[in-house]
Amino acid sequence: MPESFEPKIVAFFCNWCTYLAADLAGTSRIKYAPNVRVVRTMCSGRVDPQFVLDAFAHGADGVLIGGCHPGDCHYQEGNYKTLRRVRLLKRLLEQMGIEPERFRLEWISASEADRLKTVVNEMVEQVRALGPLSFASGAADSPAEPAEAVKA
Amino acid sequence: MSGKPKIAFYWCASCGGCEEAVVDLAEDILSVVEAAEIVFWPVALDFKKQDVEALPDGSLAAAFVNGAIRSTEQEEMAHLLRKKASVLVAFGACAHLGGIPGLANLFSREAILSCAYRESPSTVNQDGVLPQPTFQDNGRRLGLPELFERVLPLDRVVDVDYYVPGCAPPPKIILNAVTALLKGETPPKGSVLAPDHALCEECPRKDSRPEKLLAPKFSRPHQIAAAEDRCLLAQGLVCMGPATRAGCEALCIRGNMPCSGCFGPTSRVRDAGAKALSGVAAMAEGNEESAIDQALEGIPDPAGTFYRYSLPASLLAGRRGVSRRD
Repeated sequence: MPESFEPKIVAFFCNWCTYLAADLAGTSRIKYAPNVRVVRTMCSGRVDPQFVLDAFAHGADGVLIGGCHPGDCHYQEGNYKTLRRVRLLKRLLEQMGIEPERFRLEWISASEADRLKTVVNEMVEQVRALGPLSFASGAADSPAEPAEAVKA
Repeated sequence: MSGKPKIAFYWCASCGGCEEAVVDLAEDILSVVEAAEIVFWPVALDFKKQDVEALPDGSLAAAFVNGAIRSTEQEEMAHLLRKKASVLVAFGACAHLGGIPGLANLFSREAILSCAYRESPSTVNQDGVLPQPTFQDNGRRLGLPELFERVLPLDRVVDVDYYVPGCAPPPKIILNAVTALLKGETPPKGSVLAPDHALCEECPRKDSRPEKLLAPKFSRPHQIAAAEDRCLLAQGLVCMGPATRAGCEALCIRGNMPCSGCFGPTSRVRDAGAKALSGVAAMAEGNEESAIDQALEGIPDPAGTFYRYSLPASLLAGRRGVSRRD
């Protein structure tokens, strides 16, 4: 693993809680690792498992979903559905060779800027320790892969 | 020489079920034979590769290729038929999405070869010999096709005009596709030749589907005696109907078995497995991890369940470390 590896984390933050926590962290000048690319969604329940796979397929080393605490969902039960999907998706990801530490769901309310900082920093370090996922670039194509091999 | 349009059928990594499906047209196949001349169909007719090579480029009205692509031979034939056919059709789930052979993408080629040629209990191979691409004997060089690292849907190796979905495609879908192609009534290129809505819409049990689907526990079909008149999801079976394209007239459900997703997704979905997982997982009753996990225990193999026919066409296309090709 190269010394300079900086994990790329795609974060889906709910508009009503975690995104506001990130906002608060900003206005409060709380520093956290710059490795997250935040995508705002109206609810953590809006995060289609396809988004998660798409992120991994296109170079993310980790995916973080942030939603409202249980009982606090702006849409009543979006976060419960997220939790259910995440529990099953985590198992699917393991079958695809993606370690559980690379995919995380956290409940972070609008006032928990400190919690956001802790979660992001923790996850960045965990993923850094795991190394690049390199799903997108992939391992070198095998010699039996066609086209190129046929030409050579 | 007849002036009838020429068509060809070919098989790649498949089970033969798609060939069977063509035969299952029964007397309807006569109308196909009447309208077209079959010039290549290895499973049924004695034409050779050279016969296809001798045809002028683009002279086949249509080539129907079933099976996924996972060897050099299959790739070569796919290129040959692409060159000779003006319309190339990916026929059946394997050519369309990778199909059941596509689940091999959860394993490396080395693991697959080792399992098949060394470890399986019925194998006697004391020297541990694996298939070699070339072999010399008395100055003669013999060759075998090489297995790819990954199983690929047909459209990953050649340009595909249309897709006929299903494992295997049902007779009505085949006949509609062949008739439309021969009449020249073709939909936009890249279309899947089946309705573009979810199977639930044509399900005979549609009305028994509750407003809110919740499962305290998921089961597999052999674990419960499913009622024949109620929505299978409502009974805790993983039915892929909501995330699967219609057109099969709910064949499996009429046999009291849940849909396993062979028609693939509708045009609005990129990753069939992820979409089906999303809907099914959200049904797990409970708001805490322990209760949810307990409900989901009834789905022991998420990848094999949700990607049964579509792993090679999915976003990740296979297990990490099993090299991919873009």
